[in-house]
Amino acid sequence: MIYNAKVVLPILILFVVVLTYPFWQGGTEQRPEPQKPAKAAQCVEDAAWMRANHMQLLDRWRHEVVRKQERSYTSTRGQVFEKSLVNTCLDCHQKSDFCDKCHAYASVKLVCFNCHLNPELVEP
Amino acid sequence: MSESRRKFIQQVGGGLVGLSAISLLGKFTEVEATANTEVKDKPAQIRWGMVVDMSKCKEGCTDCVQVCHSRHNVPDHGNAKDEIKWIWKAPYKNVFTSKSHRYQQQGQLEKPFLTLCNHCDEPPCVRVCPTQATFRRPDGIVQMDFHRCIGCRFCMAGCPYGSRSFNWRDPRENLKQLDPHFPTRERGVVEKCNFCAERIDQGLNPLCQEACKEGVITFGNLNDPNSEIRKLLGEKRTMQRKTELGTAPSVFYVVES
Repeated sequence: MIYNAKVVLPILILFVVVLTYPFWQGGTEQRPEPQKPAKAAQCVEDAAWMRANHMQLLDRWRHEVVRKQERSYTSTRGQVFEKSLVNTCLDCHQKSDFCDKCHAYASVKLVCFNCHLNPELVEP
Repeated sequence: MSESRRKFIQQVGGGLVGLSAISLLGKFTEVEATANTEVKDKPAQIRWGMVVDMSKCKEGCTDCVQVCHSRHNVPDHGNAKDEIKWIWKAPYKNVFTSKSHRYQQQGQLEKPFLTLCNHCDEPPCVRVCPTQATFRRPDGIVQMDFHRCIGCRFCMAGCPYGSRSFNWRDPRENLKQLDPHFPTRERGVVEKCNFCAERIDQGLNPLCQEACKEGVITFGNLNDPNSEIRKLLGEKRTMQRKTELGTAPSVFYVVES
């Protein structure tokens, strides 16, 4: 038998309950919903792919633009876009309604805007 | 040890010393300074260059500087220590250090000269950069990748022209007008003129060339013998800054008309 079970067991159960709280309290309902832009019906690639891979895409873009002078991106649907965070992504999306919502939820700190300018704050 | 064995070891040792001396001599001749007059035309490849005609440049005019600095979000911190410069004017004696002497014609030493990054063919800043944040594009532009700059300032020590500035402070503190189409920098990175690489990729000329009403600046392909810039270089007497260092600048100056 467990030593001092009367005291230890309730504390142990309480500990497990507190520990697993985020998993069973219905956290999925609180997922952030970034605002869909009105400007375009489709993103550069489809939404599910972008959700998973936008960081790799942006990293590749910045490398290709700065170091290889390749400034246009042809999507899998054959559309051509300018590889630009400010001129392409933020032309449709708003940083405050889109980027910030998920990144705050996931606690991912963005460094993009240390240098790149958020057009929301610049243009009158 | 037998006599012949000792002799063999001595001879091998002597040979090794001789060989290393020869290879060292080769190293010494490699670093000898040259005037960089050798023509290295690669017609298939672009090499962007600039001619600055100082006989046309008006004293007191800063049109090119203003346009460049406002469109590239270059801040004015108001003091020399924090100063960020892409293109600016400096006295002749500071720009052409090796071509100044104390008996120079009246006013020449103090005459303001337009100066910017020389986009050297042999850029020392690129050699010393430990992260390859500064690199030479195939078209000759010495470009910075701010994503990679760690702020070590080796490039500032390497550049013999003082063309590089360090962001000691957050540049956004002193930027009244921001242009969202070009990023600012952040505290702790080095920056310099990029020959308007973002415009050249779109087929446009650098902003300073476009802004100048006097036609001081001529921009073009140095590898094309029929380009406007090569014709100008062929006609006028031009000079470069500190040629003795072998950096082979892409910026040329017309000093007299």
